[in-house]
Amino acid sequence: MLSIRNLHASVEDKQILKGLDLEVKAGEVHAIMGPNGSGKSTLGNVLAGREAYEVTEGEVLLDGKDLLDLSPEDRAREGVFLAFQYPVEIPGVSNINFLKTALNEVRAYKGLPPMEAKEFLSRVKEKQKLVKFDAKLANRSLNEGFSGGEKKRNEIFQLAMLEPKLAILDETDSGLDIDALRIVAGGVNQLRSNDNAFIVITHYQRLLDYIVPDFVHVLYNGRIVRSGTKELALELEEKGYDWIKETVDAEGTV
Amino acid sequence: MLDEVATDIMITQVSDSLYTQLIKTYGGNLPSSEPHSLDEIRKQAFERFKSAGFPTVKQEDWKYTNVQPLVNRQHYVLDAETLSSDDLSLDKAVIPGLDAYRVVMVDGRYNAKLSTAADIHGLSIMPIDQAFDRLCFAKYFAEYADKTDNPFVALNTALFTSGLFIEVGKNVQLQKPIHVIHVASAMKPLFAQVRNLYVISTFAEAEIIESFITDEGAAHNLNNTVSEVVVRESAKLQHYYLQVAGAQGNYLNHTEVYQEKHSLYNHYNCTFPGAAFVRNNINVRLGDSEVESHLYGVTLTAGNQLVDNHTIVDHREPHCESYEWYKNITQDTSTAVFNGKIFVRPDAQKTNAFQQNNNMLIGEKSAVYTKPQLEIFADDVKCSHGCTIGQFDNEALFYLRARGISEAQARVLLVHAFAFDVTSRFANATVREYVEHLVEQGLKAG
Repeated sequence: MLSIRNLHASVEDKQILKGLDLEVKAGEVHAIMGPNGSGKSTLGNVLAGREAYEVTEGEVLLDGKDLLDLSPEDRAREGVFLAFQYPVEIPGVSNINFLKTALNEVRAYKGLPPMEAKEFLSRVKEKQKLVKFDAKLANRSLNEGFSGGEKKRNEIFQLAMLEPKLAILDETDSGLDIDALRIVAGGVNQLRSNDNAFIVITHYQRLLDYIVPDFVHVLYNGRIVRSGTKELALELEEKGYDWIKETVDAEGTV
Repeated sequence: MLDEVATDIMITQVSDSLYTQLIKTYGGNLPSSEPHSLDEIRKQAFERFKSAGFPTVKQEDWKYTNVQPLVNRQHYVLDAETLSSDDLSLDKAVIPGLDAYRVVMVDGRYNAKLSTAADIHGLSIMPIDQAFDRLCFAKYFAEYADKTDNPFVALNTALFTSGLFIEVGKNVQLQKPIHVIHVASAMKPLFAQVRNLYVISTFAEAEIIESFITDEGAAHNLNNTVSEVVVRESAKLQHYYLQVAGAQGNYLNHTEVYQEKHSLYNHYNCTFPGAAFVRNNINVRLGDSEVESHLYGVTLTAGNQLVDNHTIVDHREPHCESYEWYKNITQDTSTAVFNGKIFVRPDAQKTNAFQQNNNMLIGEKSAVYTKPQLEIFADDVKCSHGCTIGQFDNEALFYLRARGISEAQARVLLVHAFAFDVTSRFANATVREYVEHLVEQGLKAG
C-alpha cells in the first residue's frame, strides 16, 4: 500500500530525515518509535504534506501513486489521514459542518454524490459510539475548549468518519490518561481491517499494549535503524533509547 | 508671475468643482415647499455647509477616507428626475426565502409601481416630501442629525428633495419585515441626496432591511444619504444594511438614531465587494434610561474598495446597555476603517458598554485602520473594548486541508468562523443565511 524509499526531508534547511525506507501493506499496523528529535513527527507531517517540510530526495508511493506531487487535500482524498499530535482549535467552525464538508469533498473527488443527510447522521451516531464521543461535543466548535483527551478522541472520530486507507497516528497517546488511552486504542482496533493500514508513531511502549502492532521500527537520526516485531518494543522499554544510540553509533564508527 | 496666478486659480477651481457647482446652482435658490418652516432650516444648513466645505484628510474624522477625489471628479447631475431608468431588475436585491413588504427607491425616489408596502394597517410609507406636514416630521426632522458636525448632513438638509418616510403606529407589531431596495440607475453621473425619516411609535415593533444595489447601465454615482431613526418608548427596531452595490457606487450614509425609554435598537451593517467607496456614520443616542442598543458589522472588501464605518454610541442617561461588534475582512488592495466612539455622559451611571473590533487581513496589500475611542465621564459604569488584527491561521488551514477540504473551501470556512461572532447575532435567520452566502461569494471574487 505505502512504499517509502530513501526519503530525505528538511525543515528550515535542517536535515531531519536522512534516507528513510518503509513498506506498509494493507491490513498491517506499523509502530514507529524513537527518541526525541529522531524525526518521528516529521515523517507524519511529510506524509500529510505540511508545507514547512521540504522533501529533498526519495519517493513516497501510495498504491503506486506519487504522494509527494499532491496537495495536502488531495493526499487526504487519496486516503491518507494524519491524526494530529496537537489538533487545532477552530472557533466558529462546527465539528459537524466541518466533517460533512470534508466527507463530501472526499466523495466528490471519488466521483460520488454528497452523502444524504440521514445517512450522514446515522454514521455520525454510529462512529461517535466507537470513541465514546459526546454528541454535545460534535455540535460544538471544532476542538474549541476541548480537553486533551477530547481532542484526541475527536481525531479518532474523524478517522472513523472518513475511513482512510492509511492512518498515521502522531503521538496520539501523548497527554492521555489510561482510560482515554483505552478508549482511543479500542476505537482504532475496531477500525482495523484487511483494507487499511496504520502507522502508529509513539514515544512509549504503553500504547502498543492496546494497539498491538505487526511491526515495530526504531527511528534514530532520520533513518530506521532497527525493525522487528512487537518484542522489539518491549526490549526498547527495558533497555531504553540509549541502548539504540550506543549500538547504532558504534556500528557507525566501524 | 501671471502664470503662477493663473495656475493657482485653476487648482482652486478643480479641487472644488462640486462645491462650486452646488454654490452656483443653489446659492439663494434652495429647494422650497409647503410648509415653509423647512425653508429656514434649509437656509441655515446651507450656510453651515458653505463655511465648512467638503472635509479633507486633515480632519480627524476623515483622516483615512479622502472624499476629495469624489467631489472634484467631474460634473455631476444634481437632479435624478429625468435620468432614472424605468426598466429595472431587482434581482441583485433578492434575499432568498424572505417574505417582506417591499419598498423600491430609484435614485432616491420612491417608486410606487415596484413597491408593495402600501395600505398596511398601522404602517405609513411615503415619499418624504409628502410627510412634511406630519406632526412627527416637524418634531424629529433635523432634530438630531443636524447637531453633528458632519458637513454632508448640512448639505443634505439644505438640498434634499427626495427620500423615504416610514412611520410604524402605536402598538403595531409588523407581521413582515420592510425591505427597502435602493437602486442606483442614472445613466449620467448623479449626485443624489436622499433623506429618510423612520419613526417607530411607542410599543411598536418593526424590522427594516435596506439593500443597496446598482442597475447594470448606471454611471458613476455619489450618494449622500441621511437617515434619521427614532425609536420611541418601549419600541423595538431591527435594522439591516446590506451594501451590495456595484463598483460605480459611492456612498456617504449618515444614520442618526434616537432612542427613548425602554426601547431596543439593533443595527446589522453588512458591506460586500462592489461599491468603490462606502462611508457610514452610525450614531446612536441613548436618550433616556433603560435603553438597549446593539451594533453589529461585517465588512468584506475586495479590489480597491474603501469601506469606512464610523460609529458613535452616546450614553446620556443611567441604566443603559450597548453592545457593539464589528468584523472586517480585507482582500486585495482594499481598505477598511473602523472608528468606534462611546460616550458615557456624567448622568449615565450604571452604564454597560461593550465594544469589539476584529480584523482579518487577507490581501497582502490591504489595509485596516481602527480606532476605539471611549470617553467616560461617569464613575459607576462597566465599559470594555478590544481590537485585534490578524491573518489566516496557517495551522488551521493545514488542519482542514489534511481532512480533504480544498484550500478555497477551507478559507471560506475560516472566514465564516471569523464572522461567526457577528452573524450568529442576526435576529433574522433568512438574512443571516443570505449574508453568509454573500461572504462565500465575496471571497471567491477576491
